[in-house]
Amino acid sequence: MKKFLVLALALTVGLAFSQTRLTIGVFEPLHEHIQLVLPQFYEMYPDVEVEIRTLGYEDHHNVLVTNLATGSGAADVVAVEIGYIARFVAEGGLRDLSAEPFNADQYEDLFVEYAWAQAQTPDGRQVAIPTDIAPGVMYYRRDHLEATGWTIDQVTESLESYLQFGRELQEQGVFLTVNAGSVADGLIRSEIPEGDGIFFAADGTPLLNSPRFVQAATVAQQIRQEGLDADIGAWSNEWFEAFRQGTTATELSGAWLGGHLQTWMAPETSGLWGTSEMPGNILVSWGGSFYGIPTQTPADKVDAAWNLVQFLTTNPEVQLEAFRSINAFPAMPETYDDPMFEEEIEFLGGQQARILFADIAERIPGVLTHPGDIIANEIWQSAIGEILAEGRDVQSALDEAQMLVQRRIR
Amino acid sequence: MQQRPGTPNDRAHQPLSTRIDRWQRRAAPYLFISPFFILFAIFGLFPILFSAYLSLQVWNPVQGLGTMRFVGLENYVFLLDDPWFWRSMSNTIWIAIASGLPQHLVAIPLAFALVMGVRSLRHPLTAIYFMPYITSAVAVALVFSTIFGTQFGVLNQVMAYLAQASWSAWLFGGLADTLPINWLGRAAYIKPAISILVFWQFFGFNVVLYTAGLATIPRTYYEAAQIDGASTRQSFWHITLPLLRPMIFFAVTFTIIGNLQLFDQPFILTGGTGGTAQSGMTAAMYLYRTGFEWLEMGTAAAISWLLFLVIGTLTVIHFYFFGRSGLETRE
Repeated sequence: MKKFLVLALALTVGLAFSQTRLTIGVFEPLHEHIQLVLPQFYEMYPDVEVEIRTLGYEDHHNVLVTNLATGSGAADVVAVEIGYIARFVAEGGLRDLSAEPFNADQYEDLFVEYAWAQAQTPDGRQVAIPTDIAPGVMYYRRDHLEATGWTIDQVTESLESYLQFGRELQEQGVFLTVNAGSVADGLIRSEIPEGDGIFFAADGTPLLNSPRFVQAATVAQQIRQEGLDADIGAWSNEWFEAFRQGTTATELSGAWLGGHLQTWMAPETSGLWGTSEMPGNILVSWGGSFYGIPTQTPADKVDAAWNLVQFLTTNPEVQLEAFRSINAFPAMPETYDDPMFEEEIEFLGGQQARILFADIAERIPGVLTHPGDIIANEIWQSAIGEILAEGRDVQSALDEAQMLVQRRIR
Repeated sequence: MQQRPGTPNDRAHQPLSTRIDRWQRRAAPYLFISPFFILFAIFGLFPILFSAYLSLQVWNPVQGLGTMRFVGLENYVFLLDDPWFWRSMSNTIWIAIASGLPQHLVAIPLAFALVMGVRSLRHPLTAIYFMPYITSAVAVALVFSTIFGTQFGVLNQVMAYLAQASWSAWLFGGLADTLPINWLGRAAYIKPAISILVFWQFFGFNVVLYTAGLATIPRTYYEAAQIDGASTRQSFWHITLPLLRPMIFFAVTFTIIGNLQLFDQPFILTGGTGGTAQSGMTAAMYLYRTGFEWLEMGTAAAISWLLFLVIGTLTVIHFYFFGRSGLETRE
């Protein structure tokens, strides 16, 4: 009651003085987290009012790019997903947080090393602060696993055992995964040589027809040709429907998929899911997000904006709350000892999934990002689409992709 | 030499009010039409000229205006050698023909039937056919993406029923092996799927154009033909079609220009990616992705000019072959 009174008083006093109105632009489901922690922020900064603007993942970034390009319309604080961060590192649009008055470099040691480095320009300017990282995991349906009589360790023992599991599911009329493409997406993100990125080598050479991609595409093509996947495009209505109806047994993804499933994609399937390491125990970094301040944010709002960024990224409590509510895995290793990591998650059938996520996260090697990642990913998606849907020869499709990427990064 | 009224010399001797009055009379018309020209210059002319200038530059908009770099015709050279550009162009023309031609082949007889047939039904039916045209393209495309769904889509379920049911199996039974069709996932079906949607959305517009065109044909011609013993089919071929030519020319021009700029429908149906093997990526979509997703504004501007060139050329060809004869019959 006392706390409430203080808060109410603080709010009233705050309102009486001039309020700073901040906007924060995020993609789903980050808004759910921010809504939860905002009261805490208001307690610390009663004179600030925050408006959350939410869009889907792609729309958010497309709008952000347009806003930064035209120099107006961006929110005062923006979320940037890892796939896009390299672009802003290379091309600007976000404020240099290493400079005065931010001095972000003081926080460097708080974060997982590679996440910090990903938002840093070659000359050492930090353009965004990491908020979450994403260990790659496998989500699976417990009911389908039980029906086959397998244990999850048997499934993930190797890629071959994963496929074998798929064949047994097939006999029961259940698909192994919704789209073989996500298996390929997992494989291209694993076993990346130190210093290389997913799509580009350290020296900027595209790697789309390297053995890593060829192997990934070959395995995915085998899954498709044996009819083990449901052949449904990711993020389509049918994709969501497949999760709701449980027509597939596994999905390879970042740990964040659990948050999407739980909050909006298939909340009614609570308790039926479990999570595990990826097949073959491969280690994959699959996503991650950052908060930055656009250069166009007006000078009188920059202080408040920076307070909000610090609150969202460097506060262990807030990071843990994001993990609890939307499965956004904290980028701060100091949070991994928190008791909440041992909590049993109801949506995942009471599994202590966070211990698993933390364990995987600490083993994942860092991956270099490259400004051309977005284009390279689109060209890769197109190539794998042709390989899977049209049965195109793996080598020729990837050679063409390599050529297209090379042309694009002229 | 006689001095004409209104020359400067003469005007200097006139009172100020007369001069202001004169000036007003001369300036007023320009002032009154100036809003259009000012708005046109800002929102029409400037973007056109700027995009032409932009097509000769390399420019990433996020880096600011200062980073624009002149590269001459490099963007055009790049595009003419770009596999995705040619694919998007051929997709555009494929879809334009596959969705455009049936629009007119269906709309003309339908309009004829509406005007000649039960007249009381003409207006309600025309309104119904016109409905898709005034519905948001995005909403329509979202609904169609559900209809085209592989596992749960209505279209596949109807086809599966037709292939099984005893009364229709003789006709549709052959389909059973290919079902369910992954309309939006297989390269071979994406363009037909888009064409079906575009056809459905725009044929009603053409029906309205053609019913309007038919209403201008005097009924006396038909009565005269009837007295001479002409059948309905003969009336259609020898009276309706020739007299409808100006309207056909007009409607086809609309279709050419509209269909070659197709964007919303394929964008939603393919989730913005262009679909498997880019088989649903139209030129306008490629332009958008190049400019706003990949931030290559110069190349995107060059695509827009190449697309303009294609639309311009096809319209001129259409005008050359059908326009003059179409317009002549009016006189």
